[in-house]
Amino acid sequence: MQWHNSPARYGLVSILLHWGVALTVFGLFGLGLWMVGLDYYSSWYRSAPALHKAIGLCLFAAMLLRLVWRFLSPPPPLLDSYGPLTRLGARLGHGLLYLGLFAVIISGYLISTADGRGIEVFGLFEVPALVSGLPNQEDVAGLVHEYLAWGLVSLSVLHALAALKHHFIDRDVTLKRMLGCSR
Amino acid sequence: MLKKTLATLALAGSLLGAGQTLAADYVIDKEGQHAFINFKISHLGYSWLYGTFKDFDGSFSFDAAKPEESKVKVTVNTASVDSNHAERDKHLRSADFLNVGKHPTATFESTAVKSTGEGTAEITGNLTLNGVTKPVVIAAKFIGEGQDPWGGYRAGFEGSTKLRLKDFDIQKDLGPASQEVELILSVEGVRQ
Repeated sequence: MQWHNSPARYGLVSILLHWGVALTVFGLFGLGLWMVGLDYYSSWYRSAPALHKAIGLCLFAAMLLRLVWRFLSPPPPLLDSYGPLTRLGARLGHGLLYLGLFAVIISGYLISTADGRGIEVFGLFEVPALVSGLPNQEDVAGLVHEYLAWGLVSLSVLHALAALKHHFIDRDVTLKRMLGCSR
Repeated sequence: MLKKTLATLALAGSLLGAGQTLAADYVIDKEGQHAFINFKISHLGYSWLYGTFKDFDGSFSFDAAKPEESKVKVTVNTASVDSNHAERDKHLRSADFLNVGKHPTATFESTAVKSTGEGTAEITGNLTLNGVTKPVVIAAKFIGEGQDPWGGYRAGFEGSTKLRLKDFDIQKDLGPASQEVELILSVEGVRQ
């Protein structure tokens, strides 16, 4: 399989980034929900949030890479068979997914860095706090992070349902394209 | 002669004063923030964690000659909790601890003051915290009073009490060594 995208198919880089981000988003969502309910004496009480933050920051890097790659190697165009409403829905949905991802990651970052502390990434390096001390920063960012995460995951499910609709009802190549097949 | 008369008058005055004591009213010095509501709780039994409430207000009435007639009332903005760690403070404000969304204020209002010695007293009162009202006893100590350098008159106290977290419906269990928190109030009032 080719690395880069072509007008006919997605390349390996885009495919890996897409499924990697999808898996990470759902993983972080589950980890996040689970870790906030942990008992104080759980052995995961400190490591789970540390893991959540470190993976979240790696996801941010992956999303930046995704944007750059989108620019360097544009994805194949939408299928000719799509009607105007499908085109609009696809553009809007994908745009919101990108926006939502960045917003969830940034709001999460703003919780942990609210008092000027940086975020340790797997003990390898520390991402410094850039914005701290906003009024009620950790509380506002916390609410935004929680609600947007639910929104993002809901939108992702909708995105998956749309792909399944293309596959099983419209019987087009939309879903298979993201698995490496060409039209 | 004149001096003696004045002294007699002053004595009479002070006796009269003692007889009908008008306890002075004080407002906690919020403007200059010579007042602190701190707390202290054990971490795992290995160290003390300290925190503070940054926003509160209150008043008291006090007369050194009649301490038992003293009264005190304090209102605390629970969201102002600060333990020098943003993530922990966010957790303290959540439903696991102070539930500040639902219970934004905590109050203490005295119901009785009992002198326990030279400059010490037990202040009994109702503490409302996390929506639960329970009587507590604050062991208080008079620190000092007098003119301040700017034309006012001040009096200050320190007091502390221990609370069981469960008594105030605080759900999170921090372990066997951390069932109780100590509240430490250190306030200076400006006479009105």
